[in-house]
Amino acid sequence: MVIGGITPEAFAFGLFTILTLGGALGVALNRNLVRGAVWLIVSLFGMAGLFVLLSAPFLAAVQVLVYIGAIGILITFAVMLTRSMTNLRERFTNQWWMSAIVAGLFFLFLLLGVVAPVWGSLSPDQAPAIVGTTEQLGVSFVDGNQFVLPFEVVSLLLTAAIIGAIVIARHQEEEE
Amino acid sequence: MALQQFAPIAVMIVMAVALTFIILVISRIFGPYRPTSRKNAPYESGMKPIGPGTRRMPVKFYLVAVLFILFDIEVIFFLPYAVVLRDLGIYGLVTMGLFLFILTVGLVYEWKKGALEWE
Repeated sequence: MVIGGITPEAFAFGLFTILTLGGALGVALNRNLVRGAVWLIVSLFGMAGLFVLLSAPFLAAVQVLVYIGAIGILITFAVMLTRSMTNLRERFTNQWWMSAIVAGLFFLFLLLGVVAPVWGSLSPDQAPAIVGTTEQLGVSFVDGNQFVLPFEVVSLLLTAAIIGAIVIARHQEEEE
Repeated sequence: MALQQFAPIAVMIVMAVALTFIILVISRIFGPYRPTSRKNAPYESGMKPIGPGTRRMPVKFYLVAVLFILFDIEVIFFLPYAVVLRDLGIYGLVTMGLFLFILTVGLVYEWKKGALEWE
């Protein structure tokens, strides 16, 4: 099905790219950090759409559940925790230039990693028609030949994060 | 993955956005619109708003949000396992049991430390 020379995939890709990049621009340009957090959610939603186009429906659902549902809220809380961060009045300082250069370098590095044939050249036609279904994911989590060890390590990591979060937050509460 | 499978979700998103605008436009067209400064003020349980709306939050909220994320991620890891629960049998149960046991240690710590209490 092609409408006006544009396939549905191309249309969806364009839409989600606009959402992702537009949301990211909103984050970068907004002076009010709470509004920036809302724009971040728009950007993350665009990423969820791109995951669908990349044949990763489970990742798309995780993106909505964890990133939009939980991390979006966490970032909003972090903004509201911070003193006077809802009302930034500062303009450019020398530090901003430094961080802009570092961020630009990281972006170039990332771009090189994607565009340059570091992991061998792959064209879209060569990409295998794999659909990462939730069933395959479930099997690979507990399969001894696949990801059972990383899977168990994840639980250790989560436990460490729980303990760390409590220790830090309790410490701060006592100080106040 | 065929994009057509996601058509219901796309339809739902379009309907939700459209419904929002339709409700707002219809109520604006047919409803009475007589704004006063009191009516346009932010709602604060019927009181006059006190102080700025962007006050600093206690760190307690942040702790709850962090703990929520961690258990949210735990659920994400359960989901693929739950889909193939019957095929994996005892081996899968033991693997997931170990995963759950380590996380329960974290939960017990959280409980004992009183992080779930809201003082």
